[in-house]
Amino acid sequence: MTVQSPPVSPAAVQAAPRPRRVPPAVWLIGPSIVFMSLLLGWPVVQGVLQAFQNEQGFTLEYVNRMVEDPYFWPAVRNTVLLIAVMIPLQFGIAIAMALLLRSNPRLNKLHFFVWAIPLALSDLAAGLVWLSIFNDRGYLNSFLKGFGIDGISWLAYDNQATLFFCVLIAEVWRSTSLVLVIVVAGLQGIPKDYDEAAQVFGATFWQRLRHVTLPLLKPSLQVALILRTILAFQTFAVAQALTGQNFPLVVGETYRWYTALQNPNVAAALALVILVASMLTSIFYLRALREKGQGGKR
Amino acid sequence: MNQDNLHPPQRQPSRRSLLLAGLGTAMSLPFLSACAGFDTSGAAAGEGTVGFLSTQFTPVEEKQRYEAVLKKFLKVPVAYNPVDAGVFASTVRSQVDSGNVSLSLLGGLHGDLAPLADSLEDVDPLIRDLSGRGFGKDILELTKVGGTTSKYVPWMQATYVVAVNKKALEWLPGGVDVNDLSYEDFLAWAKAAKQGAGRPVFGMPAGPKGLHHRFYQGFLLPSFTGGQITTFRNQDAVTAWNYMRELWENMAPASTNYDAMQEPLARGEVLVAWDHVARLVGAPASKPDDWLMVPAPRGPKGRGYMLIVAGVALPKGGRERERAEQAIRGLSEPVTQIETLRSNAFFPVVQTELPSDLRGAVALEAAAVRLQQRSPGALLALPPVGLGKKDGEVSQIFKNCFQEICLNNSPVQATLDRQAGQLNTILNELDVPCWAPDPVSPGTKCEVA
Amino acid sequence: MSTPTVDTAPLQRQRRHRIYLQIACVTISLSMLVPIYLISLAALSTRESLNEFPLSMLPTNISFDTLYAFLSSTGIFGALGNSVLVGVGTLALSAVIGIPGGYALARFAFPGKEPYQLFLLFTRALPIVVLSVPLAKLFLTTGIYDTTYGVILLHTSLALPTTILISASVFLSVPVDVEEAARIFGCSPFSAFARVVMPMALPGLAAASIFTFVMSWNEVLGASILTLDHRTLPAQVLTSLSDSPLAYRFAGGFALVIPSIIFIAFMRRYLTNMWGSTIR
Repeated sequence: MTVQSPPVSPAAVQAAPRPRRVPPAVWLIGPSIVFMSLLLGWPVVQGVLQAFQNEQGFTLEYVNRMVEDPYFWPAVRNTVLLIAVMIPLQFGIAIAMALLLRSNPRLNKLHFFVWAIPLALSDLAAGLVWLSIFNDRGYLNSFLKGFGIDGISWLAYDNQATLFFCVLIAEVWRSTSLVLVIVVAGLQGIPKDYDEAAQVFGATFWQRLRHVTLPLLKPSLQVALILRTILAFQTFAVAQALTGQNFPLVVGETYRWYTALQNPNVAAALALVILVASMLTSIFYLRALREKGQGGKR
Repeated sequence: MNQDNLHPPQRQPSRRSLLLAGLGTAMSLPFLSACAGFDTSGAAAGEGTVGFLSTQFTPVEEKQRYEAVLKKFLKVPVAYNPVDAGVFASTVRSQVDSGNVSLSLLGGLHGDLAPLADSLEDVDPLIRDLSGRGFGKDILELTKVGGTTSKYVPWMQATYVVAVNKKALEWLPGGVDVNDLSYEDFLAWAKAAKQGAGRPVFGMPAGPKGLHHRFYQGFLLPSFTGGQITTFRNQDAVTAWNYMRELWENMAPASTNYDAMQEPLARGEVLVAWDHVARLVGAPASKPDDWLMVPAPRGPKGRGYMLIVAGVALPKGGRERERAEQAIRGLSEPVTQIETLRSNAFFPVVQTELPSDLRGAVALEAAAVRLQQRSPGALLALPPVGLGKKDGEVSQIFKNCFQEICLNNSPVQATLDRQAGQLNTILNELDVPCWAPDPVSPGTKCEVA
Repeated sequence: MSTPTVDTAPLQRQRRHRIYLQIACVTISLSMLVPIYLISLAALSTRESLNEFPLSMLPTNISFDTLYAFLSSTGIFGALGNSVLVGVGTLALSAVIGIPGGYALARFAFPGKEPYQLFLLFTRALPIVVLSVPLAKLFLTTGIYDTTYGVILLHTSLALPTTILISASVFLSVPVDVEEAARIFGCSPFSAFARVVMPMALPGLAAASIFTFVMSWNEVLGASILTLDHRTLPAQVLTSLSDSPLAYRFAGGFALVIPSIIFIAFMRRYLTNMWGSTIR
């Protein structure tokens, strides 16, 4: 297995001088592996096997059931669409916000605090807030009425475009601060000197961003991308609060099969779809961001 | 400006030690506290307390009112713990499976308890003891959950009625009695109201947690076809769903977000809506004079209406069995039942006279419920009997019909045929007899004709 | 930044630039605050005023009734205590287990590094709802069902991937030379880590701890399937909110947000403490 090399230096310098001993890395990662395996190992095996087991043994019955459900393909489509639009959008916004902060505007500490606040909201509460804004007699339509504009049914089932935009806006509002905080924490580690040096040599803002800041920020961006995508696959409370069943997401379907329909088997099959999708995107991020980095270094 | 951000290096050790100190306290805190957390279920749960897990009365206010009822009328201490249906099922199943049950009493709707039948104790002796209370025959049949022995004791019941804001009466077609609507009148009214108000003002609880499937199962289909399952795809059912499609065109499209109608009603978004009595009671709260509660409409085959039954059950191997049984006895006392109606709008399951001094909204509902049950042509429909685990999936089939026919505009007959296929797959596996209003004949399998 | 001063044009340009920056910042802040303002407004409004249309955008009908009714319901303060216990316990446990893992990822080349990262993500990528029954059974058999310890364990396992990956990304940006220098001057590996690396990585660790605490504070499902009489605050109230009247939902949402906001305000200091410093 190949190794992700840190951009600062090849790391093996710190490795134990005598390779015969148990490498220190094992001592460091050991506790987390043991902890996770003890706690989640058996439940995960149980949970995953449910998707393929009935009384007679191995079966694909539940997988078929899942694929034939009328909500399944719309849910897949919505999940992919939402993630594909939301992730680039919020990374753009988060990086812009972080750079704004770094340029040291007045009150930057207060601004940063305010920008991090949505992080404190649970997805249930965030769904509630945005529902009060977008519903037919909510704050947005009240506001529009002040200008003599008649209300629009933002969340009506037959208006897929506004449905999607409402969910998108709410999710971007709620979860961009997660990316922001990771990016800000990463930016802290990048000395301003580099940027200033590049400026002295006449690099434009975009050149500095492209060739100095972003490459140095890569470890943080990689982590933020992985975590944000995995979490995006897991959240549905906002979409459910705003749209009910009209904008189904795969993870929402998992909950529906497990709780409302009381069929843990199909729920497990759906959970596996999310698991596989998350793992594939994570592998993609790990590889894609690593290779570019090494190519650039050499 | 940079100065705020410049931290002199000598402050670093202090920050570090602060963090370490913080970590240290943080680590020791949970382990220093002798207990494993603070009690949150009211009565310090422990020896002698009946742990009552329930899916009902989850909203804060309702829970507080019900806790007061329990405290007043039961002779045993009860820790009332309402949770949502998913958590309820997981908790009961995992506790009974692992043989380590800390619960003593379970309360839920028929549909919540039926899937858990394997984890519940038989309560036949208790029901025999309590036979003097006068439980209804239909309800007792339900408690058997498809088997031969009762799995729960009836706790309370409810049904569905139509709430009407008096503002909507101006569009009521002439010569129509609002207390004796036919489905045709109802549609004509919805159309007139949409035209008059400039927007649709009829609504229904078609949200993800809404109970609209009960409307098709217990009201629309029985009224049009006289059955629920056997007639699922016959000509009458096609008429019924065509009617539904037209009705939907005159309803507020935001209905697909509504879980309980009392809020859109109270907000004035919707003026007329059908829903569960407990989910309508909040609408007239402060000004009952502005509201009417009326029976559901009648159709060609009668006035179909559905009963909702909640029951209390004993988990297998549960704690404090004796006290739990004592609590059940207390719950089925007429005084407790009446008090539950007063506080939380669920109706008694035992033989008793309703008092005349009910608060506004409940009094309105009680009148509508009586009219609905006693009107000529009243046709009782039960929620699916004996489906156990598959209860939710059968309900989903009715919701899918709505989704396909009303929202996606699919052809009616083809949709019903396809959904009937799925329904039959489930029913074939279960091999249960039909339930009212379908012809009940023990020993024969219920299926779509 | 510092240009020779005779010509004032660049200075003016800079001032204009600053104003634009400030406008951008204020715009973003407002867009973040407006929804928070609306939830506070709704939580402090009378029930009747929430049913009006158009809704008032200004605090004209302030009432503490719903908030008070919400706060006086059974078990709220016990649940608050449990939530704090669980949040702090999770924070501590995930730091103790997670930070070494993050350090290893950043500093050591070891075989199986990518599988290790994927292993961490694996547990986070599976919707936990399908584990409800097996998890509860496991906790029942080991006897930690319905205790805050059990919830701490579960929340730690949910938080570990975040803690490890974020701390790794931050340790990466701490130059190895600094650590080596400390070693040359006689520090043991541990004290080099504690005295030199930790302080420099503090922003990242603060970020990780914010996520951990907030996640634990807001987590509903795990806490409600693993406890019965010792619930955390969200498990106690959040699930019931969906069936409650609107005013209660806002009051609940509002009451739950406050503690996390305080926590973020506290940790923010550590997050930005390196800014502008050019010590290294």
